Amino acid sequence: MIRKARSIALGTAVAALALPAAAADDGAGKSYTPPRPPGDFTPPPDSAIPDGPMGDMIRRGRELFMHTQKLSGDYVGNGMNCVNCHLDRGRKASSAPLWAAFGMFPAYRGKNDHVNTMIERIQGCFRYSMDGTPPPADSKPMVALLSYHFWLAKGAPVGVALPGRGFPAIDKPDKPYSVARGKTVYERECAICHGSDGGGRKAEGTWVFPPLWGSESYNFGAGMHRINTAAAFIKPNMPLGRPDLTTQEAWDVAAYINSKPRPQDPRFTGELAQTKKRFHDHMCLYGTEQHGRTLGAPDGE
Amino acid sequence: MKPQRFNALAPALAALLLVPVGDAAAADGRKIARNGTNAGAPACKTCHGMDGAGRAAGGFPRLAGLEAAYMVRQIQAYADGTRANATMKPIAKALSASQARAVATYYADQKASGRKPDGKAPAAGRRLATIGKWSKTVPACNACHGPGGRGGGADFPAIAGQHESYLVAQLKAWRKGRRTNDPNGLMAAVAKGLTAKEVQAVAAYYARQSAP
Repeated sequence: MIRKARSIALGTAVAALALPAAAADDGAGKSYTPPRPPGDFTPPPDSAIPDGPMGDMIRRGRELFMHTQKLSGDYVGNGMNCVNCHLDRGRKASSAPLWAAFGMFPAYRGKNDHVNTMIERIQGCFRYSMDGTPPPADSKPMVALLSYHFWLAKGAPVGVALPGRGFPAIDKPDKPYSVARGKTVYERECAICHGSDGGGRKAEGTWVFPPLWGSESYNFGAGMHRINTAAAFIKPNMPLGRPDLTTQEAWDVAAYINSKPRPQDPRFTGELAQTKKRFHDHMCLYGTEQHGRTLGAPDGE
Repeated sequence: MKPQRFNALAPALAALLLVPVGDAAAADGRKIARNGTNAGAPACKTCHGMDGAGRAAGGFPRLAGLEAAYMVRQIQAYADGTRANATMKPIAKALSASQARAVATYYADQKASGRKPDGKAPAAGRRLATIGKWSKTVPACNACHGPGGRGGGADFPAIAGQHESYLVAQLKAWRKGRRTNDPNGLMAAVAKGLTAKEVQAVAAYYARQSAP
């Protein structure tokens, strides 16, 4: 299953690599390989953000990226901020940095089976990870967020899968992941910030530690509910400031977190088995028995 | 409360009976802060003040407004040596668990005004506080210590308005392993990612922020 997930990821990257040439030359350039970038890409510093309307829009985007809760109620339906998954304001390698994403769109995504623009990709975050309503393409928040993406990618090549992109593929665990072992890891390493109940924590009414499950967390459509994706995020990034879990621990705790209830998949068809079959053919626990209940079942089922 | 406590407080017993239990604990804490204990703990106010403002000159931390549960754990840490401190160790050992709780509750309820230091903190301080230093996987201090560094729960104390000298000393202590009571080694990891100059800058920054 891991192998399958990896080969899908690789396939997407290969397809995306071929995109610019194919678009320019209608297939004649299919064997074209863009030159490798000279080294790791570094996004421009904050101090280089220009003055004027464009700079203002970039700064606005950065602000919304860090404090996405400002869009709570309008576009955000839970307690998450963009920066919870995209660490260091979307700059950190191996934490789905914006500078590595921007040049990879438009791209075909198996998730919705069509070619997505960068805007549609960001809207996907709002729909699933933020459990909200996506800002329209031309809305000010979207223009601001897109401007911030553009800024961080300034000087990055287009159509090149840069090192540090996404969450790095994680090695297969020695033992199959275990929700029970994951609980032990969670209580020891994660609960101090995210709470034993996974609900995160607020201070002065502001979210400080993001909720990992429950009604204020990402929904069952978010990429993070996949155990392999969560493990790939956790391994290089968590615990924040001291990311040193073993590969096995990352898998186990990813399974535990994703064995807990969270908001329904917005693509829910009204029938759990059908939704699971149609949208959850990947490494997740949606529709399975966990902690004495069926994960993703509507209340009362 | 143990029976012998009532003996010790015999003159105040009548008054104690007139107030709810929580207030009784606070009253006891005030007494410890002012007079110390019979078991030999000196008055906390000598260094920390009755208002919990602490003292920058001696590196005595501000206690006012910190969470009681946090302070109780620090007293335990001084006693068991996971916070190495020659002054606080005998004091912490002299306090019973209920005395520690009472005096922590007292200081948690204080609102010291506290004068902020003059001058400006280096720009690097604000940067570390709000953004971090990701080349060394150091997150923004505020990511755990809460909005403006005014606290993120009992495990993540307020650092805004804390004395610069104290903050510098703690970051150094984590780096050198003289303080090891940080949950999950989180502060040791952070402190080891900072240069001495950055430690100074971030301490100077928080000393100039408003305490909770």
